[in-house]
Amino acid sequence: MIAYQKILELIYSAIDELNAGNGDVSVTKEESTPLFGAASVLDSVDLVNLLLSVEELLEDELDIEFVIANEKALSQKNSPFKTIATLAQYLTEEINSL
Amino acid sequence: MNNANLNSVVLITGASRGIGLYLTQYYLDKGYCVVGCSRSESTVSHTNYSHHCLDVSDEKAVKTLFSTIRKARKRLDILINNAGIASMNHALLTPLATVEKVFSTNVFASFLFCREAVKLMRKNGYGRIVNFSTVAVPFALEGEAIYAASKSAVESLTKILAKEFAEFGVTVNALGPTPILTDLIKNIPDDKLDKLLEKQSIKRFGKMTDVSNAIDFYIQPESEFITGQVLYLGGA
Repeated sequence: MIAYQKILELIYSAIDELNAGNGDVSVTKEESTPLFGAASVLDSVDLVNLLLSVEELLEDELDIEFVIANEKALSQKNSPFKTIATLAQYLTEEINSL
Repeated sequence: MNNANLNSVVLITGASRGIGLYLTQYYLDKGYCVVGCSRSESTVSHTNYSHHCLDVSDEKAVKTLFSTIRKARKRLDILINNAGIASMNHALLTPLATVEKVFSTNVFASFLFCREAVKLMRKNGYGRIVNFSTVAVPFALEGEAIYAASKSAVESLTKILAKEFAEFGVTVNALGPTPILTDLIKNIPDDKLDKLLEKQSIKRFGKMTDVSNAIDFYIQPESEFITGQVLYLGGA
């Protein structure tokens, strides 16, 4: 069982990586931080890079191979990519059901 | 051996025979680290070569392959999406299962490898992807409806991915070879091949060196402004 908090830490590590690599973007490490939409500081490429970094960290830290942008994630009425909290919640549920 | 290539990693699909096997040897000789994959084992034995047996359209297996490359090599510079199968038959004699198989290998697998390759290439903000089309697309050859349709899809994929991957520093191009004497065309009657060669500007079979020459052009660092292109050999 992978805890929500552990997933949140991985997302925060990915945000550190994104912030370090992109001088224009500074994403706040809070659960309410929006990841896309008008209120988000991320553009589409930043979001892709963030999700891919989370994928890599899932592999490196937890030995889990998981494609985040899968059919289920993209077809949900409420996007799991809306905020850091919704992403962490979605990943926790999906990974624990593998 | 060119020492400048020593750290560059090339992934070649369909590496165990035909053009894929030739390109594997060719880029090993040029000093690249080559990772090959195919359904069958490889005969290549080289310190800079690793081979992975898999079905290129199996998403889980492909994901595992890229995970292995990332952990072992930490990078990927070039993807040569060579794996492909042909179906040469009249449309009325082509089962749907064949259509699905051709599209699965030629289109779905090409997409899968492009997608996973860019995940690795974005790290260095650099990458070269070469997909495989065919002269059967511009020639609209009878008896090759499914094969040509699948390669048309590869061409569209190439042009659109070129746009989507540009911001990651990755170019995506395609090469359309003429018939080359490999297993892929071994069942085509000679008269059909002669008629095909007649359509080309330069009327001869393609050579392996024609293919590697065009790929060398696409993958050289100076070709950073060349993307979304399809290059047909022989003057199609």
